[in-house]
Amino acid sequence: MQGRRRGELAIQALLAAALVAALWWLLDVTAANMAERGIRSGFDFLTDPAGFAIGESLLPFDSTDSALWALAAGLANTLRVALPAILASTLLGTLIGLGRLSPNLLLRSLCAAYVETLRNVPLLLQLLAWYFVVTDLLPLASDALQPAPHVFLSKSGLAIPWLGGDSGVFDLPLRGEMNIAGGATLTPEFLALFLGLSLYTAAYVAETVRAGIQAVPRGQSDAALALGLTRVQLFRLVLLPQALRSIIPPLTNQHLSLTKNASLAVAIGYPDLVSVANTTLNQTGRAAECIALIMAVYLILSLLTAWLSAWMERRSGRWAERA
Amino acid sequence: MKTIQLVALLFLLHLAPAHAGKTLDQVRQRAQLACGVSTGVIGFSSADSQGRWNGFDVDLCRAIAAAVLNDATKVKYVPLNAQQRFTALQSGEVDLLSRNTTWTLTRDASLGLHFTAVTYYDGQGFLVPKRLKITSAKQLKNAEICVQSGTTTEKNLGDWFKAQGIKIKPVVFEKFEASIKAFFSGRCQAYTTDASALAFIRSKEAPKPDDYVVLPDLISKEPLGPVVRRGDDEWFAIVKWVVFALIEAEEYGITQANVEQMKANTDPAIQRLLGSAEDSGKLLGLERDWAARAIKAVGNYGEMFQRNVGSASPLKLPRGLNALWSKGGIMYAPPVR
Repeated sequence: MQGRRRGELAIQALLAAALVAALWWLLDVTAANMAERGIRSGFDFLTDPAGFAIGESLLPFDSTDSALWALAAGLANTLRVALPAILASTLLGTLIGLGRLSPNLLLRSLCAAYVETLRNVPLLLQLLAWYFVVTDLLPLASDALQPAPHVFLSKSGLAIPWLGGDSGVFDLPLRGEMNIAGGATLTPEFLALFLGLSLYTAAYVAETVRAGIQAVPRGQSDAALALGLTRVQLFRLVLLPQALRSIIPPLTNQHLSLTKNASLAVAIGYPDLVSVANTTLNQTGRAAECIALIMAVYLILSLLTAWLSAWMERRSGRWAERA
Repeated sequence: MKTIQLVALLFLLHLAPAHAGKTLDQVRQRAQLACGVSTGVIGFSSADSQGRWNGFDVDLCRAIAAAVLNDATKVKYVPLNAQQRFTALQSGEVDLLSRNTTWTLTRDASLGLHFTAVTYYDGQGFLVPKRLKITSAKQLKNAEICVQSGTTTEKNLGDWFKAQGIKIKPVVFEKFEASIKAFFSGRCQAYTTDASALAFIRSKEAPKPDDYVVLPDLISKEPLGPVVRRGDDEWFAIVKWVVFALIEAEEYGITQANVEQMKANTDPAIQRLLGSAEDSGKLLGLERDWAARAIKAVGNYGEMFQRNVGSASPLKLPRGLNALWSKGGIMYAPPVR
């Protein structure tokens, strides 16, 4: 037994070494070839001024700021849409997943129809559809709807009063010559991306939740009902704690996919990380570097999410034991 | 998807053998010129319903194939988007990039490329709806401006409005179609790209062309021209001089129709260009009649312009800066001698 274990370890170490060597060789040959062809490489461009503006940004950004800051602003924009969409898709998906298990035939069928429709249409098409619906339906910025004082809804987005600004505590959106100015704006690009990602991922979350609950043995429900628990108690105390253990890992995958799918933002004009990196790539010509940065950032985001989910899984495991 | 393509190209970087100074041999050996063109810019390079490529940039590929291979049809067109184009040239996937690409210092000095010559002097302009009653780009304060990503356009926007002290919000789309659709649905107050494309967008893509107007301001210089890899001076010279020969041909009145008769012309300059006196081709590593072949394939520079983007085309662009230097423009070629 000891010998076999040592052998396995040796094979794993060899594989790891081979992988590192292969990566090293790839990097080395690429760098050598680029140098030979007179292609400048390196990450020095990150500290140069970006030179382009970003349409909407959570971080304060100006075209004289560095390319690194531009990428940070892009990442902030990715998170700005991904985190709320993760929350919304999880809530909506859970409701629909429960709906699919409902004894009510109409509700059950409606939820099934939702899942099948949303899951089977490519996300990119859904995003474009949402975007063009949003921009086609809303009025021009010059005849913006005003559902409340200082709240404007138009093709330029939803403008609302926000903290800060030049004039004191509140920054109020006002009709300008050209456009609505001031306040905080949720642009049509953001709204379409948020809606598209949330609704699409909710369909997958619904299936995950349904499967997780159905995976709890039938005898558990029967026993709980026999003990006189109400349906709510049955769900809260018996089904959910056991279901969560099988729900959380695939749910994490859905959250990861959502974050990565947010890169489809380039199609509808939302300045996410990929969009900003694409522009940087074009201005600087540093293709290998920009693509490597995007890959590294998504890898880190995914690892963080996976770590968070592992932590939640441990907690839910303890919760299940307590219950 | 684009990311995957780029990474794939990067892997090609080390698989393709180094071939400095051998592009001409390679092109002759495979009897085909690999020409990088755009994925579709009407008038410059676009494929028709039968998949045949045509346009101003495409004609240049044909002219070079005619000069080098004596057959203008021996071209493989490789459609490249803005992100792929330089990598495709660097990695040797194409011999030549003829794809409305702006000549800038960064690109010329740091990407392992050489810009050969300017074939089209362009500038960045704006298209706005008439109802906004704007007459100058300086009035675009706080405006949202729709733009397609992957060009020098975004940086020009940033630079120019920064210099004017005006804040604008760019809305950047990856695909041309999406950017146009967003603009014409009223999402943005202006659309920006090179002026040559704006004329086409207004006349062909607008629901009602009369509701839109191209502003007179040009905010940048966009000299467009073919690009080659560094490290192959012979090939660099060939591409450069085919362009110059087409411009010279217009100066001397040599056209696609009269090039054969012109070979008998007594003007020494014309004889030199067409190879009926000295052999200018030998110096470039080409045959004696290299320039005559190119002119026969696509006509002179002026003919190429009129047919694809000028008065004989749907774009109806004026010659403007692209007229010959002797006719009020700045199109000027060093002498073939």
